[in-house]
Amino acid sequence: MKVSELVEKLGLTVYSGRKGLDREITGGYVSDLLSDVMGNAREGEVWITLQVHQNVMAIASLKDLVAVVLVNNLEPPESTVRHSNEENIPLLGANFSTFEIAGKIYQILNP
Amino acid sequence: MKLTYNIQGGDFTHAGHPSSEVKKVLKQLGIEGKTIKNIVIALYEAEVNVVAHAWKGVVDVEIDENKITVLVNDEGPGIPDIDLAMQAGYSTASDKVREMGFGAGMGLPNIKKNTDELLIETEIGKGTKVKMVNYFS
Ligand SMILES: Nc1ncnc2c1ncn2[C@@H]1O[C@H](COP(=O)(O)OP(=O)(O)OP(=O)(O)O)[C@@H](O)[C@H]1O
Ligand SMILES: [Mg+2]
Repeated sequence: MKVSELVEKLGLTVYSGRKGLDREITGGYVSDLLSDVMGNAREGEVWITLQVHQNVMAIASLKDLVAVVLVNNLEPPESTVRHSNEENIPLLGANFSTFEIAGKIYQILNP
Repeated sequence: MKLTYNIQGGDFTHAGHPSSEVKKVLKQLGIEGKTIKNIVIALYEAEVNVVAHAWKGVVDVEIDENKITVLVNDEGPGIPDIDLAMQAGYSTASDKVREMGFGAGMGLPNIKKNTDELLIETEIGKGTKVKMVNYFS
């Protein structure tokens, strides 16, 4: 499944990083602890989080993640948007809680 | 090949820059993906520890035929009890740092897990030296 298909299916907001929308998703990781993501997330995953600062994009890039999904309608600051565009990693917004969005994405990826 | 980067304590905006640069260089050299991933995790955590816990630091990277050696030397408060600091979940991070999602006490365990050799030397009130070695397969 491509990031763009996930966006469409769940009505996610695309804040930035549109050039990465064609990338293929291999799975997902849910965490708000950055060292947890650093240690345990895997290449190709989407990262669901409530952290909105730009270090999130630095980590997504270092870990070769394909998208970051912000929960609860959280909006990213300008610095995070800029970083997402530089790295071509989509920064998405969901009008769902972490529990809900993780469940929905899990279901879509594991039909 | 030798690479050097400076790190400023408290400067979270540039955290990850050395890791990102080293990752690019290792990719260009054709180093195996798994090894690059391990090095990136370890270096990032060492970098962020300087930003979060110390005053300033220097990253020195040396890439040889069969291995990469990364030294992260900081001027900072030092680590009073290294065994305790190595334990998963142990953290003295400030509230501000924790709010950002750092301070889970997972950085040093991540470094241990992702390096072939790890040596930490520290002096209270002076600073900390972290030496990490990864061998290429
Ligand atoms: N360079 C350093 N200088 C001084 N103290 C350090 C340094 N690195 C680590 N420490 C101490 O060791 C503790 C554990 O470090 P570790 O990286 O495992 O966790 P953390 O940095 O607190 O949180 P996390 O890495 O999960 O964001 C730190 O909270 C700090 O007290
Ligand atoms: Mg740490």
